[in-house]
Amino acid sequence: MFSFIARRLGLLIPTFFGVTLLTFSLIRLIPGDPVEVMMGERRVDPQMHAEALHRLGLDKPLYQQYFDYLGNLAHGNLGQSLVTRDNVWHEFTTLFPATMELALCAMIFATVLGLLAGVIAALKRGSLLDHGVMGISLTGFSMPIFWWGLILIMFFSVRLGWTPVSGRLDLLYDIEPKTGFMLIDTLLSDEEGAFVDALHHLILPSIVLGTIPLAVIARMTRSAMLEVLREDYVRTARAKGLSPARVVFVHALRNALIPVLTVLGLQVGSLLAGAVLTETIFSWPGVGKWLIDAIARRDYPVVQNGILLIATLVIIVNFVVDILYGLANPRIRHQR
Amino acid sequence: MERTLPPASVADEQTIVYPSPYKEFWKAFSHNKGAVGGLLFMLVIVTCALFAPWIAPYNPSEQYRDFLLTPPSWLEGGTTQFLLGTDELGRDLLSRLIHGARLSLLIGLASVVCSLIPGILLGLIAGFSPTRLGPFIMRLMDIMLALPSLLLAVAIVAILGPGLANTVIAIAIVSLPSYVRLTRAAVMGEITRDYVTASRLAGAGMLRLMFITVLPNCMAPLIVQATLSFSSAILDAAALGFLGLGVQPPTPEWGTMLASARDYIERAWWVVTLPGLTILLSVLAINLMGDGLRDALDPRLKVQS
Repeated sequence: MFSFIARRLGLLIPTFFGVTLLTFSLIRLIPGDPVEVMMGERRVDPQMHAEALHRLGLDKPLYQQYFDYLGNLAHGNLGQSLVTRDNVWHEFTTLFPATMELALCAMIFATVLGLLAGVIAALKRGSLLDHGVMGISLTGFSMPIFWWGLILIMFFSVRLGWTPVSGRLDLLYDIEPKTGFMLIDTLLSDEEGAFVDALHHLILPSIVLGTIPLAVIARMTRSAMLEVLREDYVRTARAKGLSPARVVFVHALRNALIPVLTVLGLQVGSLLAGAVLTETIFSWPGVGKWLIDAIARRDYPVVQNGILLIATLVIIVNFVVDILYGLANPRIRHQR
Repeated sequence: MERTLPPASVADEQTIVYPSPYKEFWKAFSHNKGAVGGLLFMLVIVTCALFAPWIAPYNPSEQYRDFLLTPPSWLEGGTTQFLLGTDELGRDLLSRLIHGARLSLLIGLASVVCSLIPGILLGLIAGFSPTRLGPFIMRLMDIMLALPSLLLAVAIVAILGPGLANTVIAIAIVSLPSYVRLTRAAVMGEITRDYVTASRLAGAGMLRLMFITVLPNCMAPLIVQATLSFSSAILDAAALGFLGLGVQPPTPEWGTMLASARDYIERAWWVVTLPGLTILLSVLAINLMGDGLRDALDPRLKVQS
């Protein structure tokens, strides 16, 4: 097991450096003069230009710039936003809980519904229900989620008035951010109705963000279940006279879950990408919207290190999934 | 009475007639109803794209100031003049959708070609050089895979600036790793086969081995992947357009159309619904075709059903 972790870790490090190289080149590859681009004006006074170049460290040789960049990263210095003058790391950590909360709710929605739909489709294989579930999941898989969000808003928020259009909480409430997770913060506060309001705000964004993972999980669960249900041990369990529910949920589903879990882990990356779109539609104050706003404002330090932070997160999550998968499945662990 | 000649030999009668590969493929493909439906829908879209200026009733950028936000013709207040209604500037929605098909297919096709060719090349090199260049290439691809595809595309567009060509480049770069991985995996599977060894012994050079001996046998998963990445290219391009990072208005791109329609969500559902529905249906059609292609081309990949 140790050598397995070490091997995976060995793969992790070059990947991380690769990503830093990518984000490092981001600013250097912008066509045109970086100082002019960052100041947003042309024909900057030559002396100011030189000073800005020097301040940004852009007058040094490239390799040294890269090492400076790495050194800054090692010191936890991710630079400042050009617009708010706030520390990038600080901005990220303030906004990240919002994204995390949204992603977790989306994942819970997708997993619960996806597992259920997949199991039912597998059990009723070939029936109308099965075809229906598979058809819907392929549709969900093909869904442009930014449009899906608009449609849901149009129907549930505008026409029916059931859910709020945007944001995380109604302006009525004043919640002190303790954990950054609105559901927990509202529970901790003594404002009545705030928790329910926060929950209301979460429903549509979670559905939108969860749609594609839901489709993937349903498809994966179905095919994994079909595979497992054919196994001898399932027949044995049935022959022993166990109740069908016990056979399906305790015996079969447990083994069918292994491939599903891998897929779940792989969804984390696309979940973060989906968060960019979902947050834009629902004006959700998370890191996705922050990144898109930063691009629109040409706030390059935020773009650069925001991407670095998100990529690092994805790398770490994938690493953890890999390790967990290795723990669950010895065949993977001993593969070379 | 003379009798007819007996058959020349028994074997003749029993000769198995192998169907041509195309026929066989079509038989397997047409067995899948969804795939055929997808194909038909795509044929409509492709026709729209090819003959857009002749099919579309109006010029997509022409603004009819007297008909702002006219509902579709079957609704109250709609006119048959504008079948699917008009947008906030009085432009005919149907014409814009038809012209948008052109753009979406162009982006899809261009980005698939731009990533398929380098992807195959890199994959072949990685497969044929498993000790030296291979690991390096694969590491590079892992780095690219570490970033969620849309985010990577956003990052690339943030560098290059928005626009049609940059959208294509961004999407092509994003889908590159999957081609490289697939090609390499297929090459690794083929390269130890006897026919490759035989060809090598017969003195085939590296290039011949790569492109003539091995590559044709690796095509099935690549074709399936190309279809799938065609659909995700359309989705990603629309997402970029929606975020304001893709093709810029007033070009009638489906995602861009949605972005500007957002403000009319309360009073003009058709401006919001129709472009998105077109995206969904096209992507769904391509994915259905992809499923059918996979079943028809590579029985080994077939999902149990």
